[in-house]
Amino acid sequence: MNNQNEKKALPENYEKVINKINNIFSTAIIEKKFDRGELTLTVKPEFLIPVAEFLKEEPELKFNFLSDICAVHFPKEKEFEVVYNLYSIIFHHRIRLKVRIKEGESITSLTRVWSAANWLEREVYDMSGITFDGHPNLKRILLSGDWKGHPLRKDYPLSGKEE
Amino acid sequence: MGKTYLEHTKEIIMNMGPQHPSTHGVLRIKLWLDGETVVKSEPIIGYLHRGIEKLAEYRTYTQFMPITDRLDYVSAASNNLAWVQAVEKLMGIEVPRRADFIRVIITELMRIANHLVWLGTQANDIGAVTVLLYCFREREEILDIFEMFCGARLTLNAFRIGGLAHDIPPGFKEKVRDFIERFPKYIDDYERLLSENRIWLQRTKNIGIITAEEAIDLGLSGPSLRASGVKWDIRKSNPYAVYDELEFDIPTGEVGDVYDRYKVRIEEMRQSVRIIKQALEMMPDGEIRAKVPRIIKPPPGEVYHSIEAPKGELGFYIVSDGSTMPYRVKIRAPSFVNLQALSKMIEGHLVADIVAIIGSIDIVLGEVDR
Repeated sequence: MNNQNEKKALPENYEKVINKINNIFSTAIIEKKFDRGELTLTVKPEFLIPVAEFLKEEPELKFNFLSDICAVHFPKEKEFEVVYNLYSIIFHHRIRLKVRIKEGESITSLTRVWSAANWLEREVYDMSGITFDGHPNLKRILLSGDWKGHPLRKDYPLSGKEE
Repeated sequence: MGKTYLEHTKEIIMNMGPQHPSTHGVLRIKLWLDGETVVKSEPIIGYLHRGIEKLAEYRTYTQFMPITDRLDYVSAASNNLAWVQAVEKLMGIEVPRRADFIRVIITELMRIANHLVWLGTQANDIGAVTVLLYCFREREEILDIFEMFCGARLTLNAFRIGGLAHDIPPGFKEKVRDFIERFPKYIDDYERLLSENRIWLQRTKNIGIITAEEAIDLGLSGPSLRASGVKWDIRKSNPYAVYDELEFDIPTGEVGDVYDRYKVRIEEMRQSVRIIKQALEMMPDGEIRAKVPRIIKPPPGEVYHSIEAPKGELGFYIVSDGSTMPYRVKIRAPSFVNLQALSKMIEGHLVADIVAIIGSIDIVLGEVDR
């Protein structure tokens, strides 16, 4: 079942992608991982937009579809991982882009690369409290405007009254 | 839209919803109107938010299964499939072939049931009430098949990590085959009622157009994207279960209007019938469940798995820390992302067209709000 997905994970081999990125942005990639047929690249926050634009425009990659944005909280390290799942409708391959930021830090919005990022980033802001610089309309989306706290942080209680 | 309105009209702001029959749930749309033309709009969601992603962090992988039913409650089995396959990918479990075929049959029936609900309510919204009655008549038969399979009709909790809870009961194949034989004739009936109906054409043709580039940029997926002419179906492009062995076509539209989205869904039901027919023939005997440890404890790591749900790309991103409960679950709900395109689609149209356009995206608020 999973073999097909692995075969189509990336055009030929993922090393090629990494080399290409390394050639242009020599210090952008902090970590690379190929696990369960999926390639994950962790990049420095300041390289997020250029790398995303490169992945979207490069003729051999064409990651033109932003599937998902998600934030994972690591309270021990006081860090957030912002995860972007990209897909190419032309080549049918996937890649995962990750950015690690400290609690309270903000990150550049991807709305000018993919319009789909608009609501997805609003949801991340709503649920994890990460602010996106340059977002056209950054406000809560699922919770009401006067809500306190961000439920998907690990220190947010599962039950009980907020306050 | 040309600026043909009177000079002295004043822009007014109007609320549509949260309680409105055409929104199929609690969706509120803030409209900036110039006369009856929409200038700008803003969908306001979240009325049905239940914190499902937070709940997932406090449940074991097995316990989360029934909650996935409550995402898109019109096609519960598809959500189940996405979840179990994501966990199986995380753990590296190979599912027996027989289980995969049964999964395909159930989820394709679910797709037909979902499209029937969609067609019925969409036609009802636009004013063709008869179609609703016919659609629900056939959907009832599918729900009966589900009841036979697992005892539930709506929230199926149909699959288990590693396979199925139990095999199909005796007489199941015959019942499905009987339905599949008759069903294409019913689709022709719906089409006879709608496809050349003058009112239907006027209400749907050239309404809510979205081009392929805009659609991809906005993250649209599923039938709504294919109606704009993008031939992308995860069942074909990244096949899961046994879809690579089955023959079927991907219907696409040309204009990307409400009518094309209707046509694509109608054709998808025909393709689902084809898939089920083949799956029934090819289904082998054998085990229905792989050897799975009694306590599900995936090794640390992360996985993103998505399937072609009736509404679009349904994905689960799971982060495991090696314990019995997921560290983080993110649900990529197709309805949530697709709803983003609404503002673009209704811009410049009349208020009455909004009803047709919301319906054509096929959203379920349970999945939008999670």
